[in-house]
Amino acid sequence: MGVEGIGASVARKEDKRFITGKGRYTDDMIVPGMKHAAFVRSPHAHAKIRGIDKSEALAMPGVIDILDGKQLTADAIGNIICGWMIHSKDGSPMNMGVWRPLAEDTVRYVGDAVAIVVADTKAQAREAAEAVAVDYEELAAVTEAVAALKDGAPQIHPEAANNQIFDWEIGSSADVDAAIANAAHVTELDVVNNRLVPNAIEPRAALGLYNAAEDHYTCWTTSQNPHVARLVMSAFYNVAPENKLRVIAPDVGGGFGSKIYIYPEEIVCLWASKCTGVPVKWNCDRTEAFLTDAHGRDHVSNIKIAFDADHRITGLKVDTIANLGAYMSLFSSSVPTYLYATLLSGQYNIANIHANVRTVYTNTTPVDAYRGAGRPEASFLIERAMETAARELGVSPADLRRKNFIREFPHETPVIMTYDGGNFDAPLDAAMKASDYDGFPARKAEAAGRGKLRGIGMSCYIEACGIAPSQAVGALGAGVGLWESAEVRVNAVGTIEVLTGSHSHGQGHETTFAQLVAERLGVGIDTVNIVHGDTDKVQMGMGTYGSRSGAVGMSAISVALDKVEAKAKKVAAHLLEADESDIVIEGGELKVAGTDKSVPWFQLALACYTAHNLPEGMEPGLKESAFFDPSNFSFPSGCYICEVEVDPDTGKTDIVQFVAADDFGTIINPMIVDGQVHGGVAQGIGQALLEGCVYDPDTGQLLTASYMDYTMPRADDLPSFSVLTTKTESPSNPLGLKGCGEAGAIGSPPAVINAITDAIGNNNVPMPASPQTVWAALKA
Amino acid sequence: MASISLTVNGRQISGEAEDRTLLVEFLRGDLGLTGTHVGCDTSQCGACVVHVDGNAVKSCTMLAAQANGADIKTIEGLAGGGELHPVQKAFHENHGLQCGFCTPGMIMAATDMINRHGASLDEATVRAELEGNICRCTGYHNIVKSILAAAAEMSGTQQAAE
Repeated sequence: MGVEGIGASVARKEDKRFITGKGRYTDDMIVPGMKHAAFVRSPHAHAKIRGIDKSEALAMPGVIDILDGKQLTADAIGNIICGWMIHSKDGSPMNMGVWRPLAEDTVRYVGDAVAIVVADTKAQAREAAEAVAVDYEELAAVTEAVAALKDGAPQIHPEAANNQIFDWEIGSSADVDAAIANAAHVTELDVVNNRLVPNAIEPRAALGLYNAAEDHYTCWTTSQNPHVARLVMSAFYNVAPENKLRVIAPDVGGGFGSKIYIYPEEIVCLWASKCTGVPVKWNCDRTEAFLTDAHGRDHVSNIKIAFDADHRITGLKVDTIANLGAYMSLFSSSVPTYLYATLLSGQYNIANIHANVRTVYTNTTPVDAYRGAGRPEASFLIERAMETAARELGVSPADLRRKNFIREFPHETPVIMTYDGGNFDAPLDAAMKASDYDGFPARKAEAAGRGKLRGIGMSCYIEACGIAPSQAVGALGAGVGLWESAEVRVNAVGTIEVLTGSHSHGQGHETTFAQLVAERLGVGIDTVNIVHGDTDKVQMGMGTYGSRSGAVGMSAISVALDKVEAKAKKVAAHLLEADESDIVIEGGELKVAGTDKSVPWFQLALACYTAHNLPEGMEPGLKESAFFDPSNFSFPSGCYICEVEVDPDTGKTDIVQFVAADDFGTIINPMIVDGQVHGGVAQGIGQALLEGCVYDPDTGQLLTASYMDYTMPRADDLPSFSVLTTKTESPSNPLGLKGCGEAGAIGSPPAVINAITDAIGNNNVPMPASPQTVWAALKA
Repeated sequence: MASISLTVNGRQISGEAEDRTLLVEFLRGDLGLTGTHVGCDTSQCGACVVHVDGNAVKSCTMLAAQANGADIKTIEGLAGGGELHPVQKAFHENHGLQCGFCTPGMIMAATDMINRHGASLDEATVRAELEGNICRCTGYHNIVKSILAAAAEMSGTQQAAE
């Protein structure tokens, strides 16, 4: 490892612009003639639109135009798509309703966009939006998935009878039923996985610019995957062909999944720019974000886990109802299926697993991937069940897990995943040691002396990351491949640009990707620039989500570097009159091994571009690209141990210790990886203790639609974390990377709830475990 | 419309703003100082914290007209003479930021916090005082670390100067 290579905790190259106020986020963009947009949104959860009267609003100061769904339809702008086809167990395709970027006949959730107002200023646009008179005929609404499935529930889309989108299964039901029937012990839990709002601190924004002279569109947008946005806007929304559409995702202030999707607003801003002839910028306020950013989780599940007399798991059965909201968002169908049920084996050797998942429309904000996406839901079920089973069986939670760990790889689970490596004992041992697990009884007794209920809980998670092998996901219904691309441009003076289809919105790619180049070529990271987030600069890419930027994105860079090195060695061998196989690259030079002959990197680069003396037939230049498609998912795993103290008088929970031990495979920058775990754990603790959407079940109004009402984790809600790692390399990519972005949010909620239930002696504590909830559980 | 005359990052500024214009809108829209961010509309997130007459203020809670005559410092004005402020430096060295969106407000709030508490700042105080600044990326772990590191450095510097 060099000082800036793989494994070095290098401070981030991108920091300077952020700490000096020079970041460039979408809402910071100003283009000449730019006007401002506000959306007219439905105040009702479910209603027919009888008519729209724009006359008063159009006459207001500064208003340029107001465009509605009928005009959008007349211009043949397409429906919002869901990119993953799921078939029900009877073989029928999912029952997908129509989602128009601007609702034309019916609104289906509070916040559904109805029209766009374009005006000189943002304030004028907002005022005029208030004055647009939409004549609604209110309809009955339903917000909870279980209620929506019942006969007589309000029907949300004509395509989906009883609001059911699909009824899907994986695994063998008969085998699991037999295992349960023959079990020595069965643990059963009913579990609600609470609905969350991702809440990136940068609200979404879009700036659409139509250039009539060139018939060309530019869209600045808060996106995790600008290339996919361009593809979808071209291929499905009919906004513009790809060669006439440039999508730029500049600095993006956090994503956590919510900025993967192509939302109505960016499509409508682009279209409105063409309609009005002016650049149109929209940026949403926080309540608008609560109403319209795709939400996460919202599962209602039952889990049964069967054990034999020796405490080995013999079967696991899960029944889940997943709320997908009013419309099917881009990846919504994959989250409660292939990103969820395929991980239900956890870290355990389980011969029989069956999961049944029904997905349901409700009059709520669409639900899609949020940090972890399906895997937190799976992990929560298994790890709550394992801890509960250990208590019921009277054995140590660690021992019960150890007894059932998978220790031989590759391991094929009954839910189609093939775990290709890992060592589940190592993080468990490391976390128990770091948390002084064995010393807990003494700490509990000491806390009792202070009138506090102390509890400890663990969770051993596994996730599938490095999303994903294209052929495999294609066979499961994905509409896209999930490879990644890279281009390594060595300039004539030896500096390097790396163009990547990954997108950085906090992950630090400008540093870690440069570290990979530094490791390989022996150059300083300051000579390497990472270029991303602009479809005019970077070749096609698939973006950042599913902890894929390292395992897939950096692997593409690695393969492109292989090609650069190969060519550079050929040129060096030619210049140094040596054999190509004797050339080594180190310390910024190409050397003939075992001699003092060398050529500096910059001189080699220059030779490639002057092309005065290259091997016969070789093309000038030094620039290579690669598309990397992983051979499998990667499987990060780990063990989290949480220790809490509950105040029995108030029900308030304090997290007094949190230890995270993760196996992420190869680590490029430990400081950045630790930071990813901190953030993920904070979001997981947020889910467990603080966060949760509340809808009024009668009106469908989102009651938690601001930071006054939805409890975001604050600094004083959280402890400092103990974060450590163990290592087994992933065999599915050349760097051995597994991915670290989602682990914290996946592993931590069950650890927290296991700790609280241990503390209070009542196993029934729903999330978020607010003081009121815990207090009620204490009194139950 | 209100006529406003104020000092921003050491420069005398005069301008006009609608009565309802918030200070943050004036800074971002009229002065182009886009380092100050807007992350909510209920004065909860703290992405818009600036210094008004030396005190940390959420610039979304104040009308531009109310800042008439005030001395404002934004994130763009914190570093002096090309040198990063110790708080900026500490956030960089301790990985106190990820996406960077809450960072300007965090740094301005932290600077004020250190100015008030000096070397006596401890973790519990930092966490309590960050109640008005929300970060979604870092879990606050490295923000707290950054602020404590900056506090140590700044108090050390002050002692050396005294």
